[in-house]
Amino acid sequence: MSDIPDDLKYTASHEWVKLNDDGTVSVGITEHAQELLGDIVFVETPEIETEFTAEEACCVVESVKAASDIYMPISGEVVDANGDLTDTPELINSSPYDDGWIFKIKPSNEDELEGLMDAQTYEDSIED
Amino acid sequence: MSQQTILYDKHVQYGAKIVDFAGWDMPINYGSQIEEHKHVRADAGMFDVSHMVVLDLEGDKVVDFLKFLLANDVSKITSTSGKALYSCMLNERGGVIDDLIVYYLNDQWFRMVVNAATRDKDIAWISKQAEAFDVSVSERDTLAMIAVQGPNAIEKALSVLSDDCKQVAGALKRFVGQPCGDWFIGRTGYTGEDGFEIMVPEAEAAAFWDKLADAGVKPIGLGARDTLRLEAGMNLYGTDMDEDTSPLQAGLGWTIAMKDDREFIGREALVAEKEAGPVMKFVGLVLQGKGVLRGHQQVVTGTGEGEITSGTFSPSMGVAIAMARVPAQTTDRVQVNMRGKLVDANVVKMPFVREGQVCVEV
Repeated sequence: MSDIPDDLKYTASHEWVKLNDDGTVSVGITEHAQELLGDIVFVETPEIETEFTAEEACCVVESVKAASDIYMPISGEVVDANGDLTDTPELINSSPYDDGWIFKIKPSNEDELEGLMDAQTYEDSIED
Repeated sequence: MSQQTILYDKHVQYGAKIVDFAGWDMPINYGSQIEEHKHVRADAGMFDVSHMVVLDLEGDKVVDFLKFLLANDVSKITSTSGKALYSCMLNERGGVIDDLIVYYLNDQWFRMVVNAATRDKDIAWISKQAEAFDVSVSERDTLAMIAVQGPNAIEKALSVLSDDCKQVAGALKRFVGQPCGDWFIGRTGYTGEDGFEIMVPEAEAAAFWDKLADAGVKPIGLGARDTLRLEAGMNLYGTDMDEDTSPLQAGLGWTIAMKDDREFIGREALVAEKEAGPVMKFVGLVLQGKGVLRGHQQVVTGTGEGEITSGTFSPSMGVAIAMARVPAQTTDRVQVNMRGKLVDANVVKMPFVREGQVCVEV
């Protein structure tokens, strides 16, 4: 069974979202997503200061099996990206919810978080 | 309804992630494909290749039959018992019906191994052609097949074979196979490493798998099998060539024996193709930028467009590599259209990796 932390929000495209204390939002992919992709070998993080709207493709994760777009869970501006993924993209496999975070955004409208799934809803969605 | 090899329960027991491959439930990996790949290059791994098809061809005219059926010439192997030959089997248009290995056992008996995905059409084609030569075609579908590959593969496999088979296997030179009772052991493989491909009666396969595991041979999935063969510069049927591809445009010219006047299926088409001159050639690519090369990506050169047939991330080299069919005039540098971006790649002569050593400039 996949690990799906209760304190995060989720998208149908398997991103997780975490609201940080400083008001920024961290984004990564779920344990289930990394399992589907297999060994991750390359991550192209989004450029800092770029603005995206919700559900826009903003970066790419490539595994031995496939290239996969990462979609912006909510609208906002990219304020940070995980530089460790350049040399150690496998952090997404080994620690998808912590060391394998991909980028942080400043949300343009925090209320959009309410439109995302909670852990239980996400778990139900991947069991289908 | 998917088929399962006799080792299916072993794969599940060893933690495999199972996928469909040519109608078979096969292990894609047992955890990390990259770790499995590196383990084969550094030590020893085992692959369940029981889905592949073993055919025995028997008859007084079997040598003449294979000289007609195959684009490579079995005369090259008929002086050495057990010697193996890699060949394409062509249609009249010079397209590749399948690629295969054939072992010479004696003047009345050859053993052939063909791909699982092409089983039905291969057997139909071979049987049809065999009629005129009065050669019998028998499928040995009660044999499982386990490939043991890597620098320590031979030593570890020998340590768990029966005394009789140990003697047979230990004496094998490269690219030679010999029966041992109901077993058959070939010093062949699909990884660019030394090792054996071992045909074992189904009833004994699971126990042999466990023995190999106890000897430190790790189970390896189809994912790593694909990256290993690509690094080794070995073609994959259906991906790098098919019935509409000439072997001359798939890097397989070295397997076409047409110096003498031997008549074989597809010869006329290849002669015409050679006379017309090469249009496309088959090359290796090493990506010079970020990302992973994938099959069907477009290759842009100064003299026209080509296409990647197989692409992957090379665990041994740490960069993306590919096989590609490109215009014959292509020089040493191309660009690949990767999701709309043109990225530089160097053209190299394959293999990329052989026996653990990187053979090309990264």
